[in-house]
Amino acid sequence: MAKGIWVFVEQSQGKIRKVSLELLSQAKILANEKGEELAAVILGQGIGSLAGEAAQYGADKVYLADDAKLAAYTTGAYTSVLAKLIRENEPNLVLFGNTAIGKDLAPRVATRAGVDVAIDCVGIESDAANFVNLTRPIYAGKAFAKVASPSARPIMATVRPNIFPLAEPAAREANVVTVPVSVDEADLRAILKDVISQAAGRVELTEANIIVSGGRGMKGPENYVMLEDLADVLGAAVGASRAAVDSGWKEHKFQVGQTGKTVSPTLYIACGISGAIQHLAGMGSSKVIVAINKDPEANIFAVADYGIVGDLFQVVPVLTEECKKLMA
Amino acid sequence: MNIVVLVKQVFDTEAKIVIGSDGKIDDSNVTLIMNPYDENAVEEGLLLKEKFGGEVIAVSVGTDKAQETLRTALAMGADRAVLVNDPAIQAASDEFAAAQALAKAVSGLNPDIILTGRVAIDYGSKISGRVAEALGIPHVNTVTKLEIDGSKAVASREVDGGSELIEVTLPAVFSAQKSLNNPRYPTVAGIMKAKKKELKTATLVDLGLDPAAVAGKLQILGFSLPPARKAGRKIDGEPAAAAAELAKLLRGEAKVI
Ligand SMILES: Cc1cc2nc3c(=O)[nH]c(=O)nc-3n(C[C@H](O)[C@H](O)[C@H](O)COP(=O)(O)OP(=O)(O)OC[C@H]3O[C@@H](n4cnc5c(N)ncnc54)[C@H](O)[C@@H]3O)c2cc1C
Ligand SMILES: Nc1ncnc2c1ncn2[C@@H]1O[C@H](COP(=O)(O)O)[C@@H](O)[C@H]1O
Repeated sequence: MAKGIWVFVEQSQGKIRKVSLELLSQAKILANEKGEELAAVILGQGIGSLAGEAAQYGADKVYLADDAKLAAYTTGAYTSVLAKLIRENEPNLVLFGNTAIGKDLAPRVATRAGVDVAIDCVGIESDAANFVNLTRPIYAGKAFAKVASPSARPIMATVRPNIFPLAEPAAREANVVTVPVSVDEADLRAILKDVISQAAGRVELTEANIIVSGGRGMKGPENYVMLEDLADVLGAAVGASRAAVDSGWKEHKFQVGQTGKTVSPTLYIACGISGAIQHLAGMGSSKVIVAINKDPEANIFAVADYGIVGDLFQVVPVLTEECKKLMA
Repeated sequence: MNIVVLVKQVFDTEAKIVIGSDGKIDDSNVTLIMNPYDENAVEEGLLLKEKFGGEVIAVSVGTDKAQETLRTALAMGADRAVLVNDPAIQAASDEFAAAQALAKAVSGLNPDIILTGRVAIDYGSKISGRVAEALGIPHVNTVTKLEIDGSKAVASREVDGGSELIEVTLPAVFSAQKSLNNPRYPTVAGIMKAKKKELKTATLVDLGLDPAAVAGKLQILGFSLPPARKAGRKIDGEPAAAAAELAKLLRGEAKVI
């Protein structure tokens, strides 16, 4: 009989990613309702101190796999360890953040466990018959599918960042279980040769609470400095439309939309973006949308909560200054 | 070099999604295209063939209509194509079955390299990783550069906050990011030639799979559309005054900054 709810807690350089804490927070509510135990699974090296933080966000139990082989994420080693742990403990539900690592790891672990995985879920509802029903966007957010796994266990899902609120950390302790680490030979066929990090400081687009995004109206790459300034003040990430990416002003990884990233920030500020269907697909679920565009007929205004019809080159610098004052 | 490219037929990005009276997604008025990232996968396959020789085989799981997408791959320059078409695989919704079927079809072709798109813009179900796992081989996703040296490949892949260089032993699966290359357009001659190239169709049983054994574990309970957004407030006035007003509203009313 399967039992327990698990959250794969993603850490990098000894810091737990926010989405993992969001998942622990939400899974705790579900675990209480179901009368199930909530376990955090943490893989890495020198990560013992993270167990306490996982407990504060709701974990009753922490599976800790602490080993040099897990220092950097590799698909093979992480799959090996996690798949074994699942096989031995038979959880009911395993949740991952829908991050680069989550999207890489979850499908492999699921396939090895002989089950499906629901990708990029934005809703988890408790269900008496199915344990949970999951809601996932399809067509980059133009529609949603509600899915369930009536009998196969574990149910596996990756969950989008910024969907669930963080719990207030509580003074609690978890039962820490040390996981023996052994990696199957066959899982060592991909070798991580090098990691090239970008300048740190900016939050990842899909995880950002606030996104400042620029389109063709930015006129050129040099003008993104203006958006960077606003983003600095707001602690935001900077995105772009495809027109800006195709013009070579921003790299593809900053593209928001159906063929870029799908984002759900609290605040999305679209500057010089017309609001094409492919762009709206990627950001239409943002909580608050602001549009700054000189064309009063631009489609983006049809979805914007606040709109300024005007020249972004005049509006954005003032907005930056005003925000700075308000937030001082 | 045996190169297999997985291509999926998807709705055009312009498509508005409509839920039909049967509760399913209505595909009657949509234009179907090759998944945009799969164009990059085909292109990479063709570039590898130009360099190392061999054959490029396009494989798809889909309905009869997916033949068009395979013909597009053939017109771009792929040598032959295989369509796995079986009522037991509800094309887009049954991801588990689709992944198992793709893995089985691919393994029968003895590939050195399998290329896929970074994501399918309809369901985005992480099929590539599942196919790789079912085949027991490595997978590198979001690949921006691929270099082959004998039985080894070195790929750059995008990760959150940077990139990684990964070395794998072949065979392996690589998923193309857009910046990997610039897909070629099919030429008129290419389109003519494509008509005569081999396009085989197979069912699950033809592949040696038991439809019951690969039945999906996740079921779709229903579809819904996002709530329509309404146009909100336009802030009038001079740019500077409007910007100041906006900052106040974001702070005081929307409480998002
Ligand atoms: C297969 C396919 C996939 C696609 N995928 C995506 C995707 O993922 N993401 C995406 O974004 N697009 C995507 N597109 C492209 C999409 O159709 C649009 O072409 C694109 O979103 C337009 O970008 P834009 O709004 O920046 O440019 P435009 O549509 O040219 O709009 C620029 C806007 O800037 C305004 N402007 C100009 N100057 C100023 C100024 N000084 N001050 C204020 N406003 C100003 C103009 O009024 C205009 O509204 C895709 C298209 C296809 C065919
Ligand atoms: N039904 C399918 N037929 C062929 N290839 C597919 C199919 N589904 C997914 N793929 C391949 O897997 C890639 C990633 O798809 P997905 O994992 O669904 O985002 C696509 O770009 C295709 O290369």
